[in-house]
Amino acid sequence: MRNVWIIAKREFSSFFATPVAYVFIAIFLMLSGVFSFFIGNLYDRGQADLLPFFNFHPWLYLFLVPAIAMRTWSEERRSGSIELLMTLPISIWEAVLGKFLAAWAVLGLALVLTFPLWLTVNYLGNPDHGIIVAAYVGSWLMAGAFLAISMCMSALTKNQVVAFILAVVVCFLFVLSGSSMVVDALQPWAGNLLIDTVASFSFLTHFEAMAKGVLALNDVGYFVLSVVIWLYASLIIIEQKKAD
Amino acid sequence: MICVKNLSKMFDQFTAVDDLSFEIQSGDIVGFLGPNGAGKSTTMKMLTGFLTPTGGTIEFDGQSLDSNQKMIQKSIGYLPEGAPAYGDMTVFGYLNFIAEVRELKGDVRRERLKEVIEKVELQSVLNRPIENLSKGFKRRVGLAQAIIHDPKILILDEPTDGLDPNQKHQVRRLIQALSRDKIVIISTHILEEVTAVCNRVMIIASGKLKFDDTPQALQQRSRYYHAVTMKLSYAADISGLAEIEGVADMEVDRVSGEVTLFPESGQFILGPVTDYVQHRKLPVDSLFVEQGRLDEVFRSITTEEAAA
Repeated sequence: MRNVWIIAKREFSSFFATPVAYVFIAIFLMLSGVFSFFIGNLYDRGQADLLPFFNFHPWLYLFLVPAIAMRTWSEERRSGSIELLMTLPISIWEAVLGKFLAAWAVLGLALVLTFPLWLTVNYLGNPDHGIIVAAYVGSWLMAGAFLAISMCMSALTKNQVVAFILAVVVCFLFVLSGSSMVVDALQPWAGNLLIDTVASFSFLTHFEAMAKGVLALNDVGYFVLSVVIWLYASLIIIEQKKAD
Repeated sequence: MICVKNLSKMFDQFTAVDDLSFEIQSGDIVGFLGPNGAGKSTTMKMLTGFLTPTGGTIEFDGQSLDSNQKMIQKSIGYLPEGAPAYGDMTVFGYLNFIAEVRELKGDVRRERLKEVIEKVELQSVLNRPIENLSKGFKRRVGLAQAIIHDPKILILDEPTDGLDPNQKHQVRRLIQALSRDKIVIISTHILEEVTAVCNRVMIIASGKLKFDDTPQALQQRSRYYHAVTMKLSYAADISGLAEIEGVADMEVDRVSGEVTLFPESGQFILGPVTDYVQHRKLPVDSLFVEQGRLDEVFRSITTEEAAA
C-alpha cells in the first residue's frame, strides 16, 4: 500500500507539473456550466436541483477522461521509463492502482470545483442536499469507470493519440449500449436476453438513477466492478507488452 | 553472487540471448562488451527482472529471481539504456521519489540524497525539469538514481554514453570508488573503458558468450600484445629487424612509416630490438611497446562465428 501511495503522489503532482490538470479542470468547469445552463435549462426548469448538470456528465467524461488518461501508460512505454518503474521494487498492481487513484483524484477535484453551481441552486431555492451528494458520488464512480477503460486503452499502445481514440470509442460503446438507438437497432432480430444484457452494460442506464440521487447497490456495484475489471485487464496487458 | 544458467530469450523467431551461463562474485566489476544487438541489454533486462527469460535460471545468492523478484530488486541499482526518467519532474523531485520507493526515510534519505547529488555533481540543476537537461546531465541523473540506496548490485547499461571525456573519467572513478564487496555490471561499446574500470570482461555476440576473462587476458589475445612499434624519420634498411631473435613477424605501414615487430609468444623483444637499433644507428623517432589492440581482438572475437 505504501508504494501505491508513493506512485499516486508522483502521478498526481505530475498532472500539475504539466498543464494537463489545469486545462482539464478549466475545460470541465466551463463545459459543465455551458451544458447545464444553455442546453439543460437549469434556470427555466424552475426547480432547485442539479439534474441538468449531472445529466451531461457521461457526455463530458466521454471526451475528457480519455484525454486525461491517454498518457498514463503510453507515455511511460514511449519514453522507456516503464523499464525503470518495473525494475523498482514495486509490483505492477501497485503501479496500476497508484496511477488510477491519482487521475481519479484529479477528476474528483474537478467535480468538487463545480461547487458554485450547488451554491447557486441553494441561493435560488431549497435543494435536497442528500440527492446532490449522492449524485456527486455517483458521477465520480462513473468517472472512475471511464478512467479505468481509458487507462487500459493507454496500456495497449505507445501512441497517445491512438490511445485517446480507442478510449473514446470503447467508452462510447458503453455509454450508448442502453440508449434507444442501440436497443432499436437490436429489436428486430435479437432476443430479449441479448438486448437486456447489452442494455445492462450501459453507463447511461446505471447513471440515470444516480443522477437523481439514488445510489442503488446494483448501480454502484456495476461501476466498481467495471473499474476492477478494466484495471485488471490493464495489468495483464502491461505485463504482456511492457517490453515491446 | 549472481548465478546464471542456460539463460535464453526469444523474441518471436529471433533469438536475442542464446544459452548464456556465467557466475559473478562479489567484488567483480564486469564489463559487458558486444556489438549492437548482441544481447547485452536483453541480458541486463533479464537480470533486473524487467524481461522474463524464455529459458534458464537466474539466482542471486542462491535465491531465484523468479520467486523473489521484489526482494532482489531492492538490492539492485539499475540504469536502463538511454537513462529514461520522468521528464516533467525536477531532478530533486525525481531523486526524492526514487529514494522514497527505495524505502529511505528521514535523515538517512536527506543524507543519501546529499551524498549522491555531490558525487555526480548535480547541484547546479536540482530544480530544473529533467526534460530540459543536456544528455550528459540526464545520464548522471540516471546514475544518481541507480546508486541512491547504495545497492549491492549495480547494473549500468552504457553509463558513459553521451558524456564528455571529463564526465566519463568521473563516472569511472565513481564506479571504482564503490566498495569492494559489490557487484557491478557495465555494458559499453568503449573498449578502453573496460581496461580502465573492470576486472572482468565478458564479450557477447549474437546472444552467445564469446569471452570471459580479465581485461589483461583480452589484451594478450591480441597479436599486438608486447609487440614493438617504431617510427623511422627516413627510409633505412630495416630488413635485419625481422631476423632478431624472438621476433616472429614484421609489418611495415607504408603510409605512416611505422614498423611493427611481433614477438614469438611469451617473448619480450624490446631489449634485443633497442640493442639492434643502437648498433645499426637506425633513424628511430619513436619506439614503444604495444599493450594489445582491443578493437582488433574485439573484431576477431565477435565476427569469427559470423564468418564460419
